[in-house]
Amino acid sequence: MRIGLFVTCLTDTLFPETGKAVVTVLERLGHQVEFPAGQACCGQMHFNTGYRREAAAMVPGFARAFGDYEAIVTPSASCGAMVREYYPVLAQPDQALAADVAALVPRVHDLATLLVDVLGVEEVGAHFPHRVTYHPTCHSLRMMHVGEAPYRLLRKVGGIELVDLPDAEICCGFGGTFSVKNPDVSAAMCTDKVAAVRQTSAEVLCAGDDSCLMHIGGALSRMRTGVRVMHLAQILAASDGTAASQGAAQ
Amino acid sequence: MTTRARAGLPAGPPPGSMPTYLGMPAFPDAARKAVADSQLRRNLTHATTAIRVKRAGAIGELGDFQELRAAAKAIKDHALAHLDTYLARFEDNVTRAGGHVHWARDADEANAIVRRLVWQAGADKAVKVKSMATQETGLNEALAEVGIRVTETDLAELIVQLGHDRPSHILVPAIHKNRSEIREIFRREMPDAPPGLTDDPPELAAAARRHLRDRFLTATVGISGANFAIADTGSLVVVESEGNGRMCLTLPQTLISVVGIEKILPSWRDLEVFLALLPRSSTAERMNPYTTIWSGAAPGDGPQDVHVVLIDNGRTATLADRTGRQALRCIRCSACLNVCPVYERAGGHAYGSPYPGPIGAIISPQLRGAGSPVDASLPFASSLCGACYEVCPVAINIPEALVYLRSQSPKHRAERAAFSAAASVLGSPRLLAAAQRAAGAGRFLVGRKGRIRRLPPPLSAWTDTRDAPQPPAESFRSWWARTRQPAASDETSRAGQEAQ
Repeated sequence: MRIGLFVTCLTDTLFPETGKAVVTVLERLGHQVEFPAGQACCGQMHFNTGYRREAAAMVPGFARAFGDYEAIVTPSASCGAMVREYYPVLAQPDQALAADVAALVPRVHDLATLLVDVLGVEEVGAHFPHRVTYHPTCHSLRMMHVGEAPYRLLRKVGGIELVDLPDAEICCGFGGTFSVKNPDVSAAMCTDKVAAVRQTSAEVLCAGDDSCLMHIGGALSRMRTGVRVMHLAQILAASDGTAASQGAAQ
Repeated sequence: MTTRARAGLPAGPPPGSMPTYLGMPAFPDAARKAVADSQLRRNLTHATTAIRVKRAGAIGELGDFQELRAAAKAIKDHALAHLDTYLARFEDNVTRAGGHVHWARDADEANAIVRRLVWQAGADKAVKVKSMATQETGLNEALAEVGIRVTETDLAELIVQLGHDRPSHILVPAIHKNRSEIREIFRREMPDAPPGLTDDPPELAAAARRHLRDRFLTATVGISGANFAIADTGSLVVVESEGNGRMCLTLPQTLISVVGIEKILPSWRDLEVFLALLPRSSTAERMNPYTTIWSGAAPGDGPQDVHVVLIDNGRTATLADRTGRQALRCIRCSACLNVCPVYERAGGHAYGSPYPGPIGAIISPQLRGAGSPVDASLPFASSLCGACYEVCPVAINIPEALVYLRSQSPKHRAERAAFSAAASVLGSPRLLAAAQRAAGAGRFLVGRKGRIRRLPPPLSAWTDTRDAPQPPAESFRSWWARTRQPAASDETSRAGQEAQ
């Protein structure tokens, strides 16, 4: 399958290892991954902060960059949800664009659901001998509806010790600009998430979105917990012999 | 200037007002204090966690929650789209059944009508069933100004009233108080509190019961709201747990109910759906203990002088808004408050309105307009996690409404400039690549060992509590161009320009 990688501006700019890991996993499974260089930001930060016009300006570029792909994969359920839920709304005034967006939206997938639901794969040949806990991000759960897919992938990782995160489905408090507009509540939410992570005695906190990981990881690092964060893609990309270096990537 | 005017929309109907909530601070400021209040945090976590688990169980028992939810949404949307018809029908049927219907545009008009009705009844006191509409209008305060004394009879509302406090939850107004704090309030403010009162909940409830008994028996005026108003039969419905409502609704000679115009349901049969959803969503009960339904006045049985005050107070303005109007479907169950991680930490008072939590964040700025600091800040008081939408029994897409209201809210000039600049960079592959190269080159200026401990304002709001990641030497984009594309950098910039 020819797959377009919608890497997202955050991962592109700050967490390139996640993007590389997505490429590694999909190529290992025999798929052709391309990175259309015409892509930029999906506009979610603008949209969610109330700058709707600025967000709408991002839609045509996305439609041009990804129009041709059989599947579009993103390592951010949040940005994926922006495209799936709100691009049709933003494109509405322009009939041609709305048609392009409508055709494209069903092909946008979160990495976990692309693997499990579209490609029918759970075992991706990964090896990661560490104690890991998984945080299901809000938008992966409630907007992209990834369900059990990430757990099914993680359970098949060789050597992994996967432990349940208490109160997993409660938000970490990131919320994009919420984290700076309401810093006290955001930090209070993050503190509780960190406490839950600490309860698991995991070495690694895994999630399917670099934005939430940047938030929780920022607190884990500030508190010197020694817990590191990794994107799901990085764990799935880790194989015997590379697990240690992948682990140190973020 | 109203939100609509600011957004360049034609001026619609006027927003309403909530007179007792004037001058509230912006949400982040109020929340900062709440987050630091250890007692409040403990009380809220304890209470919301318990009810969250119970609600999940009660809803889980239903095999057809999603179908019921879809039906409730459809019924409410239909009623709201035909309010003109159903309100008129409701008025006709109430009048035919011997009741009286009054119309109030806003809080002041509603309060004036109730004041006049109490005077006409020759009373200087009244007993009251828990009611959100009268919290909204500040009825107790308005009546107190003219010497009419109102007693709240719902246990939690009584606690709030005796404590000279404000409600902090729609269903459990005293959720911010624990039992020892309640004991202190009773000992201080309740003259007939038994000596040696402990903080044992049954003892506290018994004290309130004794305190209220005489008031129920001597009251000549009862005041209520309503959960539903049924057009076909002219009936009002009050759903409650304690039985105080039944006393207020049946014992006094005069009954005055203040009801938002969005409470209308077309027909009696529609109740089936809502009486299945409301108790499970709010108190996590399969069925609430008391449901009182009355249609006008029944000769020789219950109140003989029955009034309904239908209040707009910003609802018509809300209805005029395509996205925002879904908030009017709300049946005040509180499920969204109980699952909200922001509410759990900030508490109800931070929302500066009788309607706290996620639903309050979309209702208050619509009913009142976004002119005050608190109303301007409310749409931003959410991490958009979506837990509220998931549990809402009438499927109000609260995150969607929040984001929409954010787009309508006034922006600071500096923020607007920053977002506009960011949009130019983030929207252009070429400029984004350039910014990434600059960040990669300057990475050692801001961070060490892969993290940044401190950034200047406004980003200090992040680094006050969290490290920030140091930009990598190479972005994904340039890695791809370097390793995957022979004619690398050229193609990146060509594609970039194409996308301009």
